[in-house]
Amino acid sequence: MYYIVSIAILITMALALTRALLGPSVYDRVLAVNMFGTKTTLLLSVIAFLYGRPDFLDLALTYALINFIGVLAVLEFFQSRSIRRANNRVDGS
Amino acid sequence: MDSAIDVLSWILLALGGGFVFVGGLGALRLPNFYTRMHAASLTDSMASILILVGIMLQAGWSLAAIKLLAILAFLLLTGPTASYALANSALLSGLKPGNSADESTEN
Repeated sequence: MYYIVSIAILITMALALTRALLGPSVYDRVLAVNMFGTKTTLLLSVIAFLYGRPDFLDLALTYALINFIGVLAVLEFFQSRSIRRANNRVDGS
Repeated sequence: MDSAIDVLSWILLALGGGFVFVGGLGALRLPNFYTRMHAASLTDSMASILILVGIMLQAGWSLAAIKLLAILAFLLLTGPTASYALANSALLSGLKPGNSADESTEN
């Protein structure tokens, strides 16, 4: 049963990577990366029980936290960049 | 009793796998950014609940169940927050919601 779930999660990670490569906007890519991170957390928890090694749960916990911080940092960067560009456009014209 | 819990956790895990797959398909195939985010964020939360509760039933009363509960709590806190921040910053940077397929807005 764990095999089926982990294969479903792996297929979904491939689909998310395809979306991240296709784009078209930056936010699509951030969405795909965020989804990929959540799926990684789930995959790590499933693998911990598939191979009977509960240590992997600590990795999953850490990954969940780091993924959230990373997505927020990237979003902050792109948001301030788009605001700066809009200001430049107003000043330049 | 034991096999009943097994069957219940298998059902939850299978449903969770289905939700994960549907979310990935929706994020790839839907026509426009906000619809893609709708598919991805909703199924993320639902699949996390189903899969982690399914594993928790297999773990029984142990330290692993507490760790799984902590992972579930963090995912439920951070997933919707990240989705909100993503939608907010996409809206602020001028990506308009609408029902048309998106033209390429590369910025």
